[in-house]
Amino acid sequence: MNLPTVVSTTTTPSSKPLQLSDVTLTYPDGDTRLTALDSVSLEVPKGTVTALVGPSGSGKSSLLAVAATLISPERGTVVIDGRDTTGLSRRELTEVRRHKVGMVFQQPNLLPSLTALEQLQVMAHLDGRSAKAAKGRAEELLDAVGLSEQARRRPHQLSGGQRQRINIARALMNEPTVLLVDEPTSALDHERGAAVVALLTELTHKRATATLLVTHDRAQLTAVDQIAEVYDGRLRRPTTATAR
Amino acid sequence: MFVAWRDLRFAKGRFVLMGTVIVLITVLVGLLSGLTAGLGQQNISAITGLRADKIAFGAPADGQERSFSDSSVSERQWRQWARTPGVKQAEPLGITTTRAESGKRSAAISAFGIRSGSGLGPEDTRVAAGSVVLSQTAAEELGDAKSGSRVTIAGRHLSVAAVAGDAFYSHTPVIWTSLADWQQLGGGGGAGQGPSTGDGERAGGDRATVIALSTGSGSAGTAEVSGTDTELGTETVSRDDALSAIGSYTSENGSLQLMRGFLFVISALVIGAFFTVWTIQRSADVAVLKALGASTPYLLRDALGQAVVLLTLGTATGTGIASGVGALVSGTVPFVLDAGTVLLPAAVLIVLGAAGAALAIRRITAVDPLTALGSAR
Repeated sequence: MNLPTVVSTTTTPSSKPLQLSDVTLTYPDGDTRLTALDSVSLEVPKGTVTALVGPSGSGKSSLLAVAATLISPERGTVVIDGRDTTGLSRRELTEVRRHKVGMVFQQPNLLPSLTALEQLQVMAHLDGRSAKAAKGRAEELLDAVGLSEQARRRPHQLSGGQRQRINIARALMNEPTVLLVDEPTSALDHERGAAVVALLTELTHKRATATLLVTHDRAQLTAVDQIAEVYDGRLRRPTTATAR
Repeated sequence: MFVAWRDLRFAKGRFVLMGTVIVLITVLVGLLSGLTAGLGQQNISAITGLRADKIAFGAPADGQERSFSDSSVSERQWRQWARTPGVKQAEPLGITTTRAESGKRSAAISAFGIRSGSGLGPEDTRVAAGSVVLSQTAAEELGDAKSGSRVTIAGRHLSVAAVAGDAFYSHTPVIWTSLADWQQLGGGGGAGQGPSTGDGERAGGDRATVIALSTGSGSAGTAEVSGTDTELGTETVSRDDALSAIGSYTSENGSLQLMRGFLFVISALVIGAFFTVWTIQRSADVAVLKALGASTPYLLRDALGQAVVLLTLGTATGTGIASGVGALVSGTVPFVLDAGTVLLPAAVLIVLGAAGAALAIRRITAVDPLTALGSAR
């Protein structure tokens, strides 16, 4: 098992696609500023799932947003697949998200007008590629999440678990090196939640992504490779899942 | 337009509703455009069809606007204009609106008094003393009068020399008489009874309403025209500018164009309002797409493309309906069906609608992808 540890600058991009180093983030809070992340350093190795746990307001979502390049930290660096994203323009950050990062949202956030298959094809279209040409890969991913039969269905015709599986398949469409997953089981019952986490772990291992999974459901942690706990914006020393 | 096409199909109800509004506005604009042009033609076609590029009016009194109904020019003035360098032809033109009778039929007509061979009447016709050339509509309204028929105009009996052309002036069909006959009809105001011309003469038998000038392009400069105007007591304008001297045309056309302008503005506002609501409704989708790596230009293209498709389909349908209705009614109401009344308003509607939509969808640029994290859909 690999451990998410304090970042070493000598880490190669291929083995540690997601590296956060000394990341500090504050939010305005009245006349003062609230520290959301306090000198957080984290590495997520390739082909592993790192669970990020902690109480509400501990900084899990902030950490995920920083890793997704949706927020720029005040201090520290975020390196994705060997590229330091500090100081990149908005357009460049969008490109990084498009090519290197897959996002699995807490709620599936599927587009209501698109079928299951099109939810995946749109990812290719965003990248300037033909959606038609990407149909094969989209079908393969739908098959990987067990939804080949539902390819023509729209979100309102699918169950919560099925929507979440499409959410996962969509995140993998552009072959990201980093997969960021935000509380994927929060709207699912335990059984379906366990199935989703098992699927994420399986796909992470098979597709060699560096997966950072934010969750509050400690019952799901047995399926992940390592666990990092955030408390008051600080990252406690991570442990392997089996050490728990 | 990957998402836009699918949104159009998925949210059919909303887009059909908006499309219907665009269709109705286009029908209204199309019909109004055709009618405006038709009514305009019935006001001005006899003037715009003149073989002249400038019109010299008798100079209006201080504080008065130039007007065909008040203008009066003398023989001395048109002869002087004919001798002005750069002027190829200066022809007197008398205009009077009166009634004509033929048998038991009577009709309001505009009598145009011209000199024989002046070229101001219909082609291939000559207007001799004691005869009249009727326009098609005048002939129809006088019981299908034809060559050889007798008509009575202001108590004078004239024989129809020909039926030719279809010119209108101030909503009345035109007939052409000789200048001498026109002066006898009272058009010249009668000896000593016409309006003052400003040069001490009174309107009388040697008078006309305006002088039609043929100068050719650029052969009579502004300074020369201005100098001759000052010397002769006339006011010369281009043929197009002379249209504003037809009182009924100015007020009627102004009102109709104002209505048309308001419709264009309303259409842009309605489309802008629709796409504002639509963009707000789908801002969560936009945030998700941005978080997934969609660039802002991609999303703007997608949304604007959707607006243009909706506008084009709605406008095309509306234009088709307006053209059909226009073709049906054009025999009974003045209606012009051509590119200027059909395609131009459609193009303006699309451009203004797209501008309204562009203003509405610009809020896409302000959507924060961060809101996609933790948002529930």
